[in-house]
Formats: sequence, structure tokens, C-alpha cells
Amino acid sequence: MPTLASEKKTTRPSARPGRPAPELIFGDLWEFDPAPETADPKLKARYELFINGEFVAPKSGKYFDSVNPANEQKLAEIALASAADVDAAYQAAKAAYDNVWSKLPGRERAKYLFRIARLLQDRAREFAVAETLDGGKPIKESRDFDVPMAAAHFFYHAGWADKLDYVAPGRRVAPLGVVGQVIPWNFPLLMLAWKLAPALAMGNTVVLKPAETTSITCLKLAEILQDAGLPPGVVNFVTGAGEVGAAVMNHPIPAKIAFTGSTEVGKIIMRSLAGTDKKMTMELGGKAANIVFDDAPLDQAVEGIVNGIFFNQGHVCCAGSRLLVHEPVAKEVLAKLKNRIKVLRVGDPIDKNTDIGAINSKEQLGKITSLVASGVKEGAEMFQPACKLPTKGFYFRPTIFSGVSMSHRVAREEIFGPVLSILTFRTVDEAIEKANNTAYGLSAGVWTDKGSRILKMSTELKAGVVWANTYNKFDPTSPFGGYKESGFGREGGRQGLLDYCKLV
Amino acid sequence: MLATSSRAAFRRLFDEVGTVDAVGVEERVAKYGTRSIKKSAKVWGLKTAVSMVDLTTLEGKDTPGKVASLCQKALQPHDPELGVPQVAAVCVYPAMVKHARKALGSDTAVRIASVATAFPSGQAPLKTRLAEVKAAVADGADEIDMVINRGAFLSGEFGEMQDEIRAVVEACGDATLKVILEVSELETYDNIRAASFLAMRVIREGDFIKTSTGKTSLNATLGNNQVMIEAIRDYYLDTGISIAMKPAGGIRTAKQALTFLVAIKETLGDAWLNNSRYRFGASALLNDLVRQLEKEKTGAYQAPYYFSESAESY
Amino acid sequence: MSRLPITKTPKVYVGGAFIRSESARVFPLKDAAGNFFANIPQCTRKDLRNAVEAAAKAGPGWAKRTAYNRGQIIYRLGEMIEARAGEMAEAIALGGASKVAAAKEVAATVDRLIYYAGWADKYEQLLGNVNPVAAPYFNFTVTEPMGIIGVLAPEQAPLLALVSLFAPAITSGNTVVALASTSQPYPAILLGEMLATSDLPGGVVNLLTGYRKEMVPTFATHTHLRALVGAANADERKALALGAADSVKRLHLVKTEELPDWYADSAQSLEAVRSTLEFKTTWHPIGA
Repeated sequence: MPTLASEKKTTRPSARPGRPAPELIFGDLWEFDPAPETADPKLKARYELFINGEFVAPKSGKYFDSVNPANEQKLAEIALASAADVDAAYQAAKAAYDNVWSKLPGRERAKYLFRIARLLQDRAREFAVAETLDGGKPIKESRDFDVPMAAAHFFYHAGWADKLDYVAPGRRVAPLGVVGQVIPWNFPLLMLAWKLAPALAMGNTVVLKPAETTSITCLKLAEILQDAGLPPGVVNFVTGAGEVGAAVMNHPIPAKIAFTGSTEVGKIIMRSLAGTDKKMTMELGGKAANIVFDDAPLDQAVEGIVNGIFFNQGHVCCAGSRLLVHEPVAKEVLAKLKNRIKVLRVGDPIDKNTDIGAINSKEQLGKITSLVASGVKEGAEMFQPACKLPTKGFYFRPTIFSGVSMSHRVAREEIFGPVLSILTFRTVDEAIEKANNTAYGLSAGVWTDKGSRILKMSTELKAGVVWANTYNKFDPTSPFGGYKESGFGREGGRQGLLDYCKLV
Repeated sequence: MLATSSRAAFRRLFDEVGTVDAVGVEERVAKYGTRSIKKSAKVWGLKTAVSMVDLTTLEGKDTPGKVASLCQKALQPHDPELGVPQVAAVCVYPAMVKHARKALGSDTAVRIASVATAFPSGQAPLKTRLAEVKAAVADGADEIDMVINRGAFLSGEFGEMQDEIRAVVEACGDATLKVILEVSELETYDNIRAASFLAMRVIREGDFIKTSTGKTSLNATLGNNQVMIEAIRDYYLDTGISIAMKPAGGIRTAKQALTFLVAIKETLGDAWLNNSRYRFGASALLNDLVRQLEKEKTGAYQAPYYFSESAESY
Repeated sequence: MSRLPITKTPKVYVGGAFIRSESARVFPLKDAAGNFFANIPQCTRKDLRNAVEAAAKAGPGWAKRTAYNRGQIIYRLGEMIEARAGEMAEAIALGGASKVAAAKEVAATVDRLIYYAGWADKYEQLLGNVNPVAAPYFNFTVTEPMGIIGVLAPEQAPLLALVSLFAPAITSGNTVVALASTSQPYPAILLGEMLATSDLPGGVVNLLTGYRKEMVPTFATHTHLRALVGAANADERKALALGAADSVKRLHLVKTEELPDWYADSAQSLEAVRSTLEFKTTWHPIGA
């Protein structure tokens, strides 16, 4: 194999003696002016629960604040659901299932989903701004990724609703009934679309709880559901923190629970559902390896590494948080990576030029900070670019650890932040072994110019998604989900539908 | 034999300089277009872009009169009150160099560039091409834009291609050389990167590599600009030698030019954000830059016929 | 005086070898008439651990066999059972089944294996996908075996149910550690001998005998078992689900109180193959 050589040789003339080592200057010669997105997010001062097609006050009368993590200002009040509200939501979902939704032919369900997709496209910019204000992600991402992808999921699944006979070869499928869904704060609207669209297309009705720090776009979507004329009770939203989630999970009505979140919480849910007949889908954590061979297209690999770990501030379950670099190109990749992250713009998420926005919450910032401190303490070498951070709000510089070994905490624990750990390898087998040496198995990346090696790596990597010569790509047609402790079930594509039906 | 050895040659070259993933490059450059450039940053970018223009006329129907008015435009792109800088150079055929020199005079910062070496095809004997270069320099050209021997490159005769560039370097004397790769004929990003390296290894600090002649269907794109400036960056970090860059053809709007400059800012950094390191080979671009500067100043969108030499005076 | 027959010492088939329990414990098995028949190994959690290790060792090689080869080997297992059908029927009849019923169970078991042998090189074509993503990428979803699968056989249909549960798992390249019926373990003992002569690599199917009460907790918590399939009562289902949570293990359990008709066509399916598969989606750019 030609790739097992020592440090890659350069045949170019060596740097002239006496001159300092050449360096690129990424200074402020051409500094961009602030470019805030000015579209009106049309926020309400207070958001109620969405039950049976209507916005209703919580029975407790309690509300909590949703805060903009970019400046710690209150955006809106969100209703705090109680067990009684969750019960009301499930009763509504059950009635809607029994009386309306299960009786509608697939082609009619499809039309509702198409309508939702279209109405979301109409209000895309407004939703993008709301998503950014509430969650801290750069407007560039909510505008160009989250919102259009959410609409695409409704559009894709809509077309399935009248074609369910093709989902399972040789079998007929039927909806499960009412499903309960709990989603995280990293892609609030997109996760909601991933969960709602296949469930509804299959003919189920839904009670969904968004994360407590990011409820706003969920409740804005409720406005769209109303505008679309979706029958009351087909979709119900209850808001609040963990105890509301527990009420959603443990209610007797749902036939299925779908959860996206940490592996830790996933296990708690699995335990709490033990002894019930509820079906489950678990989309949990990850610690993905992104593997770069010496024959890879390095600049695109660097771009993929950056996209893999700094996309959405690294708040991505499939983030490429462990970079495995082939030793001959380790120095070169690190040098390229450093130059690349020097031009990442960290700052106000609502600025159109921001690449890395705000960390979603103070709590998450604390967790990232302490894990990074552990990396330094354990002796890994840290690099952070000298970018200015806003004085208010929750921010963290893009961070690279080199000289990391598999036993470092930063190489094993999911950080869920903009922190990359770099390890090296010498042979294909070593790369595979290191990549698979984790209880997680959500995703992996591989970069090489050699076709047969791509297929070998993609076969050996124990992960539900393998990105070869790319990273962090998503599509409604493409199933997503994990191996091992990254969960089970798939979302997207034909496979995703199978998790919302029973075979009859 | 030839086919086998040239395949080996390409493989060796790619191993040495690295390859490029086409989809990845295009996704990278798509992000440049999302940069939002406003207010003072926009004015700085537009003025800098003006100062980087190689104002070009390369037509069979070019005349001394046409060249003279081009030179006038180069010296003063618009009403001096707007504070628009002069462009970097005028770019003309060799036969027009002496007319351009006459129009510009000898005491000017605007340089004269000339497309020598049997532009655009390069399909003339080397002797003829070198003679053309020498004649243009003798007539007053400060810069020579040459075309590489694409045939030699594509058949794996890299030595031949480099020897010809070396010979042109010599013929240039003190004139700056710009080596046109004609990217549309190289087709792939791998080839563009490889050809960039072959050229850079035989030219001098401050010489340019350039995308295209403007005479084929596909000219400068953000993608091939990116591949070439990444090659320049890698070569610089390896050797300390700074090579300059000139995308040419197809850059017609101010918005496009700003996006290309963002690519420079984020790939090569501040040291390349000037006209000794970066140029635009263009003609219509200049008026759009000036038009946008006027808009920034007045706040009103501008009709094209307020600007001299405009092709769109409807 | 008639010759005293040599009786066979029942041993379980683990890692391609015939072994006694590491605990050296046995439990007596009586025939339908209530007479002593033989001592059956009373396997322990350590036997389960050893079996999982044997399965782990065999797994990668089995998964890498071509689908065609796996299909042929599973077919060969059918041949081995068919060839010793009479002997197997007697083993089943020990538990009280009539001769006719026992013969029927053996025949159904062979047919089930033939059914899955045929799936080996076809399921991928139906379960995998090429996905038309909205970007210049080639995107495809393929299946992969999960790894080591725990199988809990019900008490009834001691051969047919056991085979119906593990056959779909090995069809796709999984390896299996199975606990046989406690009350009717002998068919599983005999099956081990047939497995050993079937070309199936040692360690792909590991059969344990013993008490469910002793074994179920370890099946629940062994983190290397990636999925559990089989039959379980309500208490067991809860215990298995609790244990499974610790390593996010996949569960596909039927209720012992509502067991399927193992003879029916519905007891064999593509879906059964699917239940021990992972789905992997690969993206690659399309560009020159």
C-alpha cells in the first residue's frame, strides 16, 4: 500500500534560508460591517400549549422564559405543561386518530403535509430568524439549512402517504396510533419535521415536546398547522423541561415513543418504558471519527472537517469530533486546519456573516468549558484562533486539540460543542480499530482518493451514516440513525417510515 | 507507450501536488457568495476591485482609436469626485501595445499588459511565440499574458510545457509574466491544480497564473479561482515565493468581483488583497463597479448610460 | 442377554465444540413416560459469556462470507437435519409429542431453513436503497448484520421455534447465542451435532441449555449482545428491557402468552431478517 510511508515528501524547492517561515495574514485589512438579518420573526410575547388545534393556557398557569443565548435577553414566555395538560394532549390525539385521521385516505393526508411544506416555505425567512434568535445558531444555517430542510421533509413524506403499500415488500402496513415524540434543542424545527412528517404520513397522530430552551419555532409551526387546516388533535405540542418529557413518555396512550437526545437520557427512557409494549425509536449521541488518508483531497477534507465539527457550534449528534489523520499528512492537515479556522467568524448569530453562533445555553457552555479544561489538563495541545467574542451571551472559540490519544476524555466523551480532537494512525486497520473503539456508532467520515478503500472503510465502520469525501450531509430521502449506543431506528427515506407503522 | 507514460506522469504529479474533490470545491465557494458586504466594507471592496482590473480589449476589430479610449477610461474610470482609483492595467493584443503606450504615456501607474504567444490558442512555433513576446516588450508592454501549451500538458509532456514557460520568462526580461492555463481546456480541477504547480515552479515571485483567455465557453469561475489560489497558498507556504493570481473572463458584475475578493481574503489573506497580487481580467466589470460606487454614494440605483464606454446604453 | 446400549452424554454446542457447563452442573431429563433419559448441562452466566466470546470470534468471518455461500451453508444445515430426520423426531418425541407431530416439526424446521437459505442473497435487494438526494451525491443504504444476537427459545416447539428464531439472524451474517427450551432441551443438543456437520463455521450458532431464571438476567445485561430475539413472559420482558437499556440493545420479543403458530407461513418473513439488521447509509460526491 502506497499510503504507509513516512512524512510526505515535498519535491518543491525548500523555503529560502534566512527568511522567516512563510505565514498567511488573516487580519482586518478588509473588515466586514455588521450585516444583521432584519426580517421580522413575528414573535408573540407569550406562547401557549397547542392542544386539539388550539392554543390553550397551561392548567397550572405557569410559564417560563425562552432566552436568546446570543445576548441573554428574554424572547418570549412559554407555557409550562403539567401532567394534566399532557393527558389532554393525548386525549385529543387519540380522538383525532380514532375519529378523523385514521379514516382519511392517504392521498388526503398527503395534501395536508404538502400544504404544511408550502406554508413553511412561504414563511421561511421569518422562521429562520426565530430559530436563530431562540437557539443561537447562525442565521446562515437556519436560513440555508434548517428551515428549507424542514420543509423538504414535509414535502418528501407527503408523497409517501398514499404509497404505503410500497414501504414493506410483500406486506401491508398500518399506523401505530398515537405517538409521543421528544426532540432536542440543536435543530428545533428540523428535528420536529423529521419526527412529525413520517408519523403523519403513516397515519399516526402526535404529541410532541420540544426542548425547553427552543420551543418557539415549534409553536410557530402550530400557526402553520392551523393555517393548513390540519384537523384538531392530529398534532399537539406540549412545552416544558424534563418532567414534561417524562409525562409524554410514560403516558399510557402512545403506542410508540420517538426520542432524539443524549444517550444518557435515552437509556433512562428505555428503562422507564421497560415492561410496556411501546415501540421506540432512539436517536442518541455520537463521537464520530472523521478519517483522513494521505491521498485525500486535503483542502476539501479540511473543509469537511470544519463543517463536521463547527457546523451549528458542534451541537450535532453526528459531529465529526474525532479527527483521525494518516501520519504522513498529519502536520499538513493541522496547518491547513489552523489557517481555515482563523477565518471563521464567531459572533452574533443574527449577523449574516457569522459562521459560529452562540452556544445554546449557559449550562452547555459550562459543560464544554469543563471538558476542554480536561483536555488541557490531560496534556493535549490546544489551538484556538484569536477571534473576538461578544461580551454578552454564550460563546466558545473553535478549538482544536492535537496530540490526543484514545484514552483522553476529549476523545471519548460527547462534547457537543466546537471542539475537535486530533489523533493519528498509520494503517487502514488501525484507523478502523480506532474509529470503532467507542460505544457510539452514529456516523463516520472517510477521505481518500482510492475508490476501493472508500468501500472497504464504509463496510468496516460501525456507523449508521458514512460520509465519504464529504461530511454532515442530510436529505429527507436518506435514512439517518445509529448503531450500538447511538440508538436504533432510522429517520428519513423508506426506512424511516417503517419505524412508524406495524405490519399487518 | 505515450499513453502509458503520460498516465504514469499524471498519477505521479497528482500524488505530489494532491488532488481536488470537485463537489467539495464547489460547496466551499458557494459559501463565499453568502458573505454579506455592506457600507464601508462594500466601498473598500469596490474600490479595491477597480484597482485590480486589467481593462481588456481583445477583438479582431480593435483599432488605435478604440485602444486610446480604453486607456483614457483606465486612467479615469469616472468623475474624479467619486474618488475611483485607476485600474491596474490595460490589456491588449501585441499590435496595439505601441498605441496604448502612446495613449498612456510613459509616466503612468497604469500598466500595459499584452497577450502574446499566439493568443488564444498558442498554436504557433515556439520561435514565433517568443518573438511576439519580445516585440511586445520592446513596444512598451509591462506585462505579458502567455498561454500554456495545453496539448503538451494533456499528453503528459510536462517538461515541454515547463520549458516553454521558462523560455517566455526569459523573453520577458523585466516584464511581469502571467501564465494562462486556459482552465476550460484542462477540464478537471485536478488538472488545474497540477498545471498551476507546474507553472509556478518555473515563474518568478510576483508573476501570475491566470485562469483563461476569455475566448472559450467557460472562463473564470469561483471554483477554478479557488483551486488556483489554494495552489498559490500551498506553494507559498512551502517555498516562501508569492505568486499572483488573475481570473479572467466572465466576471461582469460588482457582486461577482466582491465574492472573488472574499475568496482571496479567506484563502490567501490580506497580503493578496492588492493589485500586485490579484487582478481581474475584465471589460464590462469596471463600469458595474463604478456604478455600484455611485449608488453607495448617492443611495440611488444608477442607469448604465451615466458611465462612459458602457455597452448597455439603452 | 441383550447388549447394554451406549448412551450419549448430552453436551452443548459452543464455539464449534461440544462442551459441558463450566459449572459442571447438570439437570436430569426424563422422557415422556417419566423415565430418566440423560443429564443435560445446566449452563451458567459464565457459559453464556464464553459463548458470546465464541460468537464474537466467528462473527467477522461469517459476515464476510458471500451471501451465496451463507445461503448454501444454511441449505446444507437443512440437508443435515433431513438426513437424520428420524433421530431428530425421536428427540422431539421425548417431550411427549406424537411420532407424527414430531416428524411434522422436523419437516417444518427443514423447510424453514430452506426458506431462509433462499433469502440470503436477496433480502439486501429489497431492504437496501439508492436514495435520490437533492445534491450531487451518490447515496445508498445497505444493511449489515448487528453482530451477536441472543435468542431465547420458547418451551414449545423445541426445534422449530429455536430454528425459526435464529435462522433469520444468521442468514444476514449475525452470530447467535441461544438458550434452548428448558423442558425440552434434547432436540437442541442433537441440533448441535447437525450444525457441526453443516459447514456452518464453529461459533456462528451457539446453543445453551439450562434454566431461564438463571440465564435471562445475563442475556439482559451482557453489553456485547446487540439484540435479543425470542419469547419471554411479562416479567422477563421487563427485566430484558431494563437490562437492554444499559447498552441500548435492540429487543424483538414475542409474548409467551401469545406465541405465534410456528408452523404458519407468517412465522417466517423478510421482516424477521430485517429485525437483526442495521442500516448504513453512505454518501459520496459525484464529480470528476
